Amino acid sequence: MNSRRPGTYLLSGVRRLGSVTIFLVQLLIQCVPALGRPRLLVMQIYNAGARSLIIIMLSGLFVGMVLGLQGYDLLRRFGSEEALGTAAALGLLRELAPVITALLFAGRAGTALASEIGLMRATDQLTAMEVMAVDPLRYVAAPRFLGGVIAMPLLAAIFSVIGLYGAQLVGVQMMGVDRGVFWSQTQGSVDLHDVNEGLVKSLVFGIACSLIAVHEGYHAEPTAEGVGLATTRTVVASSVITLLLDYVITAAFL
Amino acid sequence: MQSNRTLEIGTGLFVLLGFAALLFLTTQLPASGVKFGGQKAGYHVTAEFDNIGDLKVGSPVTMSGVRVGEVSSIHFDSKVYKAVVSMRIDPRYNEIPEDSFASIQTEGLLGGKYVGISPGGLDTYLKDGGHIELTQSALVLESLINKFFAAFASKTSDSQTEPKK
Repeated sequence: MNSRRPGTYLLSGVRRLGSVTIFLVQLLIQCVPALGRPRLLVMQIYNAGARSLIIIMLSGLFVGMVLGLQGYDLLRRFGSEEALGTAAALGLLRELAPVITALLFAGRAGTALASEIGLMRATDQLTAMEVMAVDPLRYVAAPRFLGGVIAMPLLAAIFSVIGLYGAQLVGVQMMGVDRGVFWSQTQGSVDLHDVNEGLVKSLVFGIACSLIAVHEGYHAEPTAEGVGLATTRTVVASSVITLLLDYVITAAFL
Repeated sequence: MQSNRTLEIGTGLFVLLGFAALLFLTTQLPASGVKFGGQKAGYHVTAEFDNIGDLKVGSPVTMSGVRVGEVSSIHFDSKVYKAVVSMRIDPRYNEIPEDSFASIQTEGLLGGKYVGISPGGLDTYLKDGGHIELTQSALVLESLINKFFAAFASKTSDSQTEPKK
C-alpha cells in the first residue's frame, strides 16, 4: 500500500472493482431468502426511505422553484414562457430527480448504512454472527441493500412531483404563466418514455448507491478510522458513480 | 410495540406517497393518461375550425387578450370534416354576442395556441351549448412559408423573362 507506483494504484482499483462485483453476486443470491424476512426488509425501507422523506421533499421543492425561476427568465427572452412546464417536467423527470435523489441518498442513507455495518464489523458483531452460523450477508447486508433499491425509485418519484409543484408555484403563482397552458404544454410534451427513463435511472442508482454503501461498510477496517474512511468513500464513490452512470443511461435512452 | 407501530406507519406512509407520486407521473402527466378532476363552473360554447394547429385541451380562450375561459374538449366531426372545439367560458363573462368571431392564434413565436374571441354586434348573447359560427383557422407557419416561397419564385421567374420583351 505504501508503494506509489501507478501500477499499484491500478491494481488496487481493479481489485476493488472485482471485490464489489463478487459482493454484488453474493448479495443477489442472498436477496431471495432475505425477501422471506419481510420485517427486516420493512425496517430497512423505513431507514432508507421514510427517514429520507423530509430532506427529499424539501430539496425537491426548492430545486423545482429554482427551475421555475431560471426557466422563466430564460424562456422569456424567446417569448415562450409557456414552455416552462415542459422544461421543468422533462428536466425533473429525466435528470434532476434521479440524480439529486441519488446524491442525497448517498449522503443521508448511504453514510448511515456504511457506518452502521462498519461499526458492526469493528465491534465484531459480524464475526459473532458467523461463529453462530448465522450468515451476516443474509441478515445484515441483503435487507439493507434491498431496502435501498426499493426506496430509491419511490423517493425519486416523490422528488419529481414535489419539484413540479415547486416549478408551478413559481411559474404560475408568482410569474403569471397561464395555469392551463402550463399543464397542457407539460402534458403535451411528457411521454411515458420520459417517466420510464427516470424510473430506470433511479433504480440503477439505487442498486449502485446501496451496493457501494453496504460493501464499504462490510469491508471496512475494523477500527474507528476505518469506519470513518468507509463512510467517506461511500459518499465519494456513490456520487461519482451516479454521475457517470447518468451519462451512460442518458446516452442509451436518447 | 410502540416503536413497531411508528416503523409500520412510517414505512406505509412512505410507500403510499411513493406510489401516489408514481401514479401521478404515469397517468396524469402524459397526455395519453386518464384524467381525474371535477367539472369547473362556467358555460360551454362550441366552434368549428378547419385547422386547429396544436391547440390543446386546457389552452386559454381570450377576449382582447384577457383570459375568459379554456378549451375543454377537442374532437373531429366526420360529417362536416372540421375540428369541433368546446370551450368553457367563465360565468362572469356571460355577455358575449352570438355573432362573435373566434380565431386560433399563437402566443409568441414558439408559444402555444389559444382561441381569441372578437365580439360581434348582436344584442343576443352566447348561452350554455351555444355555437360560434364565424371562425378562423390556425395560422400554420410552414404553409405560410410555402406560399411565400411560391410567390417569391414566380416573381423572380417573371422578372427574368421581363427584359426579353
